[in-house]
Amino acid sequence: MNNQPPQQSDKPCCQHPRRTFLTRLSIGLSAVIGLVITLPVIGYVLAPIFKKPKEKWRAVGKLEDFKVGGFVLVQYEDPSPVAWAGVTATAGAWLRRVSETEFIAFSINCRHLGCPVRWVDDPKLFMCPCHGGVYYEDGTVAAGPPPEPLQKITVRVRNGQVEVQTIPTPLTLTTLT
Amino acid sequence: MSNNSLKRTWNWIDNRIGFTDYIVPLMVHLVPDNARWWYIFGSATLCAFIVQVVTGIGLAMAYVPGGEDTYESLKYITDIAPLGSLVRGMHYYGASAMVMLAVIHMVQVFMHATYKYPREMNWMSGVVLLFVVLGMAFTGQLLRWDANGVWSVTVAAEMAGRTPYIGPTLAHFMLGGETVGGSTITRFFAMHVFIMPAIIIAGIGLHMLLIMRHGISEMPDVNEPIDPDTYKEAYEERIQKTGVPFWPVAMWRDVLFSTLIVGVIMACSIFLGPPALDPPPNPSSINANPLPDWYFLWYFAVLSLLPPQLETWVILGVPVVGFIVLFFLPLISNKGHRAPSKRPWAGGAVIFISMAFIVLTIYGYKKPWSPDFDVKELPASVVGTDKGPLAEGAKLMHIKGCLYCHDIGGYGGHRGPELTEIGKLLTRDDIIIRINNGGHNMPAFASSMSSVELNLIVDFLLTRGVTPEEDVPKNPTQ
Repeated sequence: MNNQPPQQSDKPCCQHPRRTFLTRLSIGLSAVIGLVITLPVIGYVLAPIFKKPKEKWRAVGKLEDFKVGGFVLVQYEDPSPVAWAGVTATAGAWLRRVSETEFIAFSINCRHLGCPVRWVDDPKLFMCPCHGGVYYEDGTVAAGPPPEPLQKITVRVRNGQVEVQTIPTPLTLTTLT
Repeated sequence: MSNNSLKRTWNWIDNRIGFTDYIVPLMVHLVPDNARWWYIFGSATLCAFIVQVVTGIGLAMAYVPGGEDTYESLKYITDIAPLGSLVRGMHYYGASAMVMLAVIHMVQVFMHATYKYPREMNWMSGVVLLFVVLGMAFTGQLLRWDANGVWSVTVAAEMAGRTPYIGPTLAHFMLGGETVGGSTITRFFAMHVFIMPAIIIAGIGLHMLLIMRHGISEMPDVNEPIDPDTYKEAYEERIQKTGVPFWPVAMWRDVLFSTLIVGVIMACSIFLGPPALDPPPNPSSINANPLPDWYFLWYFAVLSLLPPQLETWVILGVPVVGFIVLFFLPLISNKGHRAPSKRPWAGGAVIFISMAFIVLTIYGYKKPWSPDFDVKELPASVVGTDKGPLAEGAKLMHIKGCLYCHDIGGYGGHRGPELTEIGKLLTRDDIIIRINNGGHNMPAFASSMSSVELNLIVDFLLTRGVTPEEDVPKNPTQ
């Protein structure tokens, strides 16, 4: 066996292209391995972004349970719960029976940064505990930083049941001004 | 086993693993002899990270990332599991220690300008580490899956949602869907337990490698500003002449300080216990009082105090600009003086930022911008009587929510101006106009208050700050 190191100049035609080929082959195959491993995972992790928001009707109580007057907090299952969500699949809304036939409902999320607003019956205001947002009973902003009125939720009465149309957690999505 | 055979065994192992060849030179590498107590914070941060890894692994043995079970598993860890409360407490205080030490380490490096040539990348890798540590602190707060955790996710998603173009995508990526729910907690768990620790471990590896490559910096010398052309040779020469072996001459200080830190973490965990769990994470429950952990409170305060038109810029700008400025700092200034006495702007910046942090954190705790829902009725000692129209007016101040925002004689919230002396400052008509029409940051009450109620409240307010002799309304109620 020849112990001399291979001399590039001896076989310039064969040695060099073989090494180049093997180098490229290794890098190429490594990239393929990397892509095969990561692409499905990236797709899987990003999938929720591309899922269309579901809107479903959820019953929140019988018609006769709601008296004309101030807002009450209703709870229902969110539109697309995962099997393991448990209590975290619950969504909430402020619902008010305005008259015998008319209902109005708002999302509980403050339009500033999403904290839960509370209905305070006597002054007839929604107040947010986080950054001091306040809304009137029609959902319009009374004070504080919220840039938009409370998000309205569609309500209907069907077969003696009051139903709300589920919506995703409303994001204010205020654009830079 | 005799000493001789012990030695033979060790030699056999050492010959195979190369401890003497690879590890010992790292341990006894020369460090400047003046690198004394100033240099203990980096290793203490590492020590706090080790506390987090070990206690985190322990917690993961019982923690269930998903929906209702998460909360139950946390309750089990806190209330039932032997030593569970201690381990949870150590993880909590360890997180605080790690954030605090990482920041102190950074401030020390900044003040001594150790980030200058040739250690620019030591600093840059450290900045990345700091932001991932803050990410760990944030995701960790959410893993404490109680009411506060749920609302923190919502607020974070809202903030991410304001990013131009990709905002909603980013928010929904964070939530793992359209709403906060089961898929959110599993997502954050994976980030907190797999992705971010992996980045931190890799980052620490790089950080340490760079320390070995460039050597521990010396204390700044006013007479020796950094000159990239000559620094390395001069440093090498000095370190060969005056350096001391890291182990044990310098390291004993690191170990002593780390022991103290671990002792404090342990003591807090024993005597203060882990943070109490809020009610279960029900996104429809409105009885939450969302508040971030202390190291983010300043940011929470900033978001409340800013004028609305600046808000989105700050929400998105502070983290991004903060990262960019810190990350590229050594590229802007990598030579010249290192001594703090020659860098007054650096000292000023540190003092200003520290003061701002302290003041904003205090504001964050007090939350003067939030209505105080728990405020009590005004006592007779403040009202001056417990019956009659005055007492009724005072009672209405509570019922109508005025006291949520206005302080009278030390009772009430701080959202609006204090009304203790309002009778001296405003006329009857002024007060009526303000209550009916509202004003800057005050809702209009015209539609939710009868004229009788309004008059009772105004009569009461007109007595505030007025001495009893003058206590007869000039324009009595009709």
